[in-house]
Amino acid sequence: MTTAILRSISPELDPRRLRREFPIFANNPDLVFLDSAASAQKPRAVIDGLAEYYRTDYANVHRGVYRLSARSTELYEEARDRVRRFLNAADSREIVFVRNTTEAINLVAQSWGPAFLREGDEVLISELEHHSNIVPWQLLRDRIGIRLVVAPIDVTGGLDLAGFEARLSPRTRLVATTHIANATGSLVPVERVVELAHRRGARVLIDGSQAAPRLPIDVQALGCDFYAFTGHKVYGPTGIGVLYGRFDLLSAMPPYQGGGEMILHVSFEKTEYQEPPHRFEAGTPNIAGAIGLGIALDFIEELGRENILDHEEVLTGCGVDRLSQIPGLRLLGAGQRRLGILSFDLDGVHPHDVAQVLDQQHVAVRAGHHCAQPLMERLGLSGTTRASLGVYNDETDIERLATAIEAARELFAR
Amino acid sequence: MMDLRELYQEIILDHGRHPRNFRKIEHPTHFAQGHNPLCGDRVTVYLALDDERITDVSFQGRGCAISTAAASLMTEVLKGKTVADARALFAQFHARVTGGQPAEELSVPLAEDMDRLEPLTGVKAYPARVKCATLSWHALEAALKGRDGSTVKTE
Repeated sequence: MTTAILRSISPELDPRRLRREFPIFANNPDLVFLDSAASAQKPRAVIDGLAEYYRTDYANVHRGVYRLSARSTELYEEARDRVRRFLNAADSREIVFVRNTTEAINLVAQSWGPAFLREGDEVLISELEHHSNIVPWQLLRDRIGIRLVVAPIDVTGGLDLAGFEARLSPRTRLVATTHIANATGSLVPVERVVELAHRRGARVLIDGSQAAPRLPIDVQALGCDFYAFTGHKVYGPTGIGVLYGRFDLLSAMPPYQGGGEMILHVSFEKTEYQEPPHRFEAGTPNIAGAIGLGIALDFIEELGRENILDHEEVLTGCGVDRLSQIPGLRLLGAGQRRLGILSFDLDGVHPHDVAQVLDQQHVAVRAGHHCAQPLMERLGLSGTTRASLGVYNDETDIERLATAIEAARELFAR
Repeated sequence: MMDLRELYQEIILDHGRHPRNFRKIEHPTHFAQGHNPLCGDRVTVYLALDDERITDVSFQGRGCAISTAAASLMTEVLKGKTVADARALFAQFHARVTGGQPAEELSVPLAEDMDRLEPLTGVKAYPARVKCATLSWHALEAALKGRDGSTVKTE
C-alpha cells in the first residue's frame, strides 16, 4: 500500500494538482467524482478551447472560400489527425467523426453489415457488452437475418477465451467486443481475440469507450479492423466520437447517411460519393466537438498515457484492497485484470440505496445495470454500484468512498 | 440537502427489510408488473377483488428500500378498500411525492391511510427516487385497468 501511494503521487501525475485543472472541482469543493466511466469531467483547456474556437475561428467547414472557413476546416482536419496519432492509425482518412461510440457501432452495423453479410452469417459478441454493442447487431439480425452469437464469461467475470474460440465458426464474419467492460472493468485480451478472429477470416470491431481514457491504443499493432471510442469519456466534449476503420474497408462501404458534405456530385439521377472519411460525415459535423476532442487528446498526451495507465492501475489496486475489507461487499470481475472500474454488490443493500447514501457524502457513483442488462442477468444481479476512476482521483477519494459504503451498510444492516 | 434519515425513516427501513404481504396470490383476479427501466427493478402486484372491494393484495419482486417499503405500505393500506378508494389514495400519494397539489381532499378514513404513507413523501427532495415510490402504485393501476400480466413502466 505504501509503495502504491508513493507511486500514484509521483510528480508525473499528481491528481491533487490536476484537480485544479478541472473547474468542476472548484465549483463543487467537496465532490468526490467516481463516475468517469459514465462521462469524465472536463479540463479547463477543453472548456476554454471550445469557447476560444467559437470566439475567434468559427465558420462552417469544407465550404467557404473565405479565410475563416479555411481556418475552421484546417482546425477540424487537424483534430482528425490528432485522433489518428492517438490511435496510431496509418492514415487520417481512417478516422470518421461520429456522435459517440454508439453511433460508430451503428455505422458499421448499418453500412458494412448489409454490404458484406448474408443471411446466416454470424456476428460474435460477448456477454460483457454494453447495450450499444448488442442492439445494433439485433437490428441488423432482424433486417437481414444474420445470427448473433454470444461468447460467455468465465467464473471470474472476464471473457472466457476458450468459450470464445469455440464459438468462432466458418460463418463468423465479425467479432465485436469491448476492450474494457463498462460494468465490471474487466480487460478483454483483445490482441488474442484479433488473432483468433483473423485466423478464421473474421473482421474485428473493438468498443474502446472505457479503454481510450485509460490505455495506450495502437490500432496498427492490434490489427483490429474497426475501433470505436467516444469523446466525452476522454475528457472531451459530448456529442463527438470516433470510428476508426481500415481504409480499404471504409472505401468499400456504402454511405451511412445521405446529405451534404458526403457527396462529390449530385443530380436527381445519380449521386457520386466522397471518399472516406467524408463519405460518412453527412451534414455539418460537430466541428467544435472535434476540435475540443483534439484538445482533450493533447491534454491526455501531456499527462502521458503510460502515466495515466500507471495511475489507474495503482488506484484500482488500492480500491480493490480497501473495498475488499468491507464485509458483505463483493467486487465483480474478481480475478480478472481490471482497470479503472470497481463494480460491486453490497449484500442486502440495493445499489440505488448505496448510491443515495454515497451522494449524501458527495461521493458520485453510478448505480444500476450500466446498460449491460444481459450481463447483470448472467451474474444474477439486478444491478451494481460502480465507482470509476479518472486522472483527478486519488487515495483520499477511495477512502471517502469506502467510508460512505460502510455508512450505507450500517444504515441498511438487517 | 435534507438529512438522509428523513428519506430513510425508520418505518421505511423496517418495511424495506421486512416487507409485508410479500407473496403471490394463488388465484388473483388482477395482477400486473411494474418495471423501472432506469434501475431494472421489477415488482408484480397481485389483487383479489370481490366486486369493487380489495379482499387481498400482495406483491413480489426486487427493488431498493424505497420501492420495497412503498409496495409493502401500499398493500397494508389497500386491504379492504374499494377500487375507488385505491384510486383516490394513489392520486393523493402521487401528488404528495411529486410535490404537486393534491386533486381533492380525502375522506377522513382515507386521510388516515395517507398519513401512514407520509414517510415516503421524503422522496420529493430526490427526483431520481420518485419512481421508486410510485412503481408499485403504477403496477396496481395497470392491474385495475384489467391489463392482466401487462408490464407498466414508470416512464
